[in-house]
Amino acid sequence: MPILKSEWLSRMDYGQAWELQKKLVKEIDREERSDTLLLLEHSPTYTIGSDRHPEHLLYSKEELARRGISLYEIDRGGDITYHGPGQLVGYPLLYLDAVGLDLHQYLRNLEEVIIKLLADFGIVGDRKPEYTGVWVGDLKIAAIGVKFNKARTRRGFVTSHGFALNVKKNVEQDGFQGIIPCGITEYGIASLEMLTGTELQVEAIGQQILPYFTEVFGYSIPIASESLNSLAKLKQA
Amino acid sequence: MAKQIIEITMPQLAESLVSATIERWLKEPGDSIDMYEPICELITDKVNAELPSTVRGKLVKHLVGVGETVGIGAAICLVEVEATGATDNVANPVIQQSEAAEQPSSPSTSRPQLAGAGSGGATIDANAPMRNRYSPAVQKLAADNGIDLNRVPGTGEGGRITRKDVLAAVAAGAATFGTSSNGVASIPVSAPMDPKTQVRSSGMHLSESPRIPSVETQAQEAPGRGEYFIDITPVRNTIATKMRQSVSEIPHGWMMIEVDVTDLVLLRNKLKGEFQNREGINLTYMPFLIKAAVNAIKDYPIMNSVWAVDKIIVKRDINISLSVGTEDSVVTPVIRNADQKNIAGIAHEIDDLARRTREKKLKLDDIQGGTFTVNNTGSFGSILTQPIINYPQAAILTFESIVKRPVVINDMIGVRSMVNLCLSLDHRILDGVICGRFLQRVKENLESYNSDTKLY
Repeated sequence: MPILKSEWLSRMDYGQAWELQKKLVKEIDREERSDTLLLLEHSPTYTIGSDRHPEHLLYSKEELARRGISLYEIDRGGDITYHGPGQLVGYPLLYLDAVGLDLHQYLRNLEEVIIKLLADFGIVGDRKPEYTGVWVGDLKIAAIGVKFNKARTRRGFVTSHGFALNVKKNVEQDGFQGIIPCGITEYGIASLEMLTGTELQVEAIGQQILPYFTEVFGYSIPIASESLNSLAKLKQA
Repeated sequence: MAKQIIEITMPQLAESLVSATIERWLKEPGDSIDMYEPICELITDKVNAELPSTVRGKLVKHLVGVGETVGIGAAICLVEVEATGATDNVANPVIQQSEAAEQPSSPSTSRPQLAGAGSGGATIDANAPMRNRYSPAVQKLAADNGIDLNRVPGTGEGGRITRKDVLAAVAAGAATFGTSSNGVASIPVSAPMDPKTQVRSSGMHLSESPRIPSVETQAQEAPGRGEYFIDITPVRNTIATKMRQSVSEIPHGWMMIEVDVTDLVLLRNKLKGEFQNREGINLTYMPFLIKAAVNAIKDYPIMNSVWAVDKIIVKRDINISLSVGTEDSVVTPVIRNADQKNIAGIAHEIDDLARRTREKKLKLDDIQGGTFTVNNTGSFGSILTQPIINYPQAAILTFESIVKRPVVINDMIGVRSMVNLCLSLDHRILDGVICGRFLQRVKENLESYNSDTKLY
């Protein structure tokens, strides 16, 4: 079974993490690195994906600056979403062979990982056929948006971007009120803390999700590499 | 050169996918594109994906604009390719209707009927099976006379163009059948290696899948001439100088020994999974070989020396140079004090040096001070090599491909994993006796690996 390197990067600025993703995608493409799952938390950020709908951002530039929220237009699928403290962000950077590759199945697999994690807390996560992501009733708890980067040296793709799971209960108040998440007006946002009523740590949830990720995507046990951790620390210093 | 226009269609990227939107074009008309190179970005649902080209050629035209959504099987752009037999297998010539587009359920964009190269007055059945198979004689004749083979009707079997057809075209005049471009054309030339081809199926490797060089270079080619030119890069020049110096100064001698590594293969198979999990790198055969060679050098220190005209300098430190091939060159980074490292430590150094070599991140320190070179030539399936010594060292040892062979043991035939080690020696310093003993020791060391061997 292939090896998955996983990494807890703690708090990282969105732009920095995006650059790191691009660098690692290239390394995986050149077979210099095994498939990697980055787990982290972002500083407050709005990101707008390929389906650009600026009208789904409710704040003005001035208001964003006042609240200290960054804004990025990025290369993943999907509309606008919020990232911030209290949210577990997962970036699976995986090489997928072109043969038998189903882009949408990959989204379903990411949803499956989160649904399995929610089951640990006695929460029934669900899919909405028309909206990618994981839902609890009519509340969205995890957003998903990915990019398939064509491998330069092989025939398959390397994935980037991924999922964002709301853990702390302040997430929905902090960020999501400034946007219409993914342009979906009729549904709200949920977090793990809100649903369980207990206090949770983002890093611990990251640890807890790993076995489900390796199970769904068929990896042997994940290994943590020190190199990236030190890299992340270096960048923060 | 004959050209052919190919259309690239929207592939079925997901079972549930019925259409996708062009997010942006990565290639513009006139750009040359390589096989599998991304030509545009697509969006569908929450996925943004780069679409790889299915052919090598030059982008002629976008058929779908940015922001437009098209169905599966719809043509999205036109690409001009060299008309060779090989391209027939990978894409649909525009004259043929692609199957997907014929299905009524797939919304197809308007399909411009490209006359392109086809107009010339003659009736040409482009679907004829042999239509695009040209014999070398026909190609040369056409090139010599400036005839575009796409415009020549074929009367041979399966619509194949014969010499007679070309001669008839010449007689009819170049105005009808001539190629449009004359003079020197600059075309990208790549080494004749298909990335899909499995290079080998056995043998040891430094990395599990050795990189296949794909040397891309701008070459100057004149039509009808059987040669082209490649400029010498500085690194190529350095390699050439060092190789010439080694071969002209050092009188090379060669020796080969055969080693039974059956137990080593079993040992590595037993440990590699755990090693990968624990260390995060591949456990290859290379660290075992280096350890065996280094221990033999400790017994025969003269192997670790340099010829200095009036004396022989024997080096105390055993620094192993490692041959690492890159796309277009070879570099020999150094594992310092290899005798002080265990197998796991050597494995990490190999992994680190090989990776940094390919990333072009070696420091000067990494490539200096080597005293003995080890080369893993077997990774490409070779079983015998006569390496050139890494000047000014005294010897170089290669590790060839491990192959299962019938071997006579105690007058019985058994299947064993065998490997050849090839040694090139500086005959000013070393003779057959010392090298024979040295190789014998390396062999003993390799054959003494067993399931109890410790990596740490």
